[in-house]
Amino acid sequence: MARIGRIGLSWDPLREMEQLERDWSNLFSGFGRAAAVKYPPVNVFTSEEDVVVTSELPGVNPEDVDLTITGDVLTLKGTRRRQEIGEGQTWHRRERGYGDFYRTIQLPYNVDSAKVEAKYNKGILRITLPRAEADKPRKISVKTA
Amino acid sequence: MAEVEKSREAKKQETPGNIITERIRTGRIYMPDVDISEDRDNLVLYADLPGAGDEDVSVTLENDVLTIEAKILPEKSDAHRLSHAEYGTGDYFRSFTINEPIDREKIEAKMKDGVLRIVLPKKEEAKPKQIKIHAG
Repeated sequence: MARIGRIGLSWDPLREMEQLERDWSNLFSGFGRAAAVKYPPVNVFTSEEDVVVTSELPGVNPEDVDLTITGDVLTLKGTRRRQEIGEGQTWHRRERGYGDFYRTIQLPYNVDSAKVEAKYNKGILRITLPRAEADKPRKISVKTA
Repeated sequence: MAEVEKSREAKKQETPGNIITERIRTGRIYMPDVDISEDRDNLVLYADLPGAGDEDVSVTLENDVLTIEAKILPEKSDAHRLSHAEYGTGDYFRSFTINEPIDREKIEAKMKDGVLRIVLPKKEEAKPKQIKIHAG
């Protein structure tokens, strides 16, 4: 499983993370059973100030996506509509997925739900969630007695 | 041709290295998911290229090979740390052999919300013609 010193490849943290996730899910899924794929896939970027969640959702109507925040949990719900064809048309290939999706994402801290922003551009949903004021780390100065 | 139903495939797939020639740019290359439909007049192809805008995509038809390419710049932020990853960002590449004669002048390609739609009109001679059968 763990590989040490991959020769000739530059270190790719994403690849590493994916590998780790695969190894981890293989641990529980047993032989011959593909690990369930979560849809839509998300990436989470964090800083002290905010969390940015991005998701690949090409061809989705933003009105068909519902975002809710409860405490430190983000819920992503929606529908990706199926590409319909008219009469006299036939499909040669159908690889693009469609259907309803529902995901919950655990955030690293409480966020200020009033200041959350979501943008949909080029098929990517980008949600910026600022950290709640009350949750920000506070620096306490130590005074000499 | 029979309609093939497929459930959502595994996550974003990288293009196998053996099917493309070596490139100058480094980085990952993904194989976009596609839908292809056909009717009497056109072949229509839809490809999922999340993160790609009009200016990032190139579509070429050379001889019988239709090639879709998109160059995607990775998102970088100094302030943020990637703490959870389920998809990678990289270029897209996929090519298809088209067997029908296509009217090259009339090909249309459009990007919308990360989905590429290409309409390939068939040449007049390739369109099926109804032949009337007269009773003898």
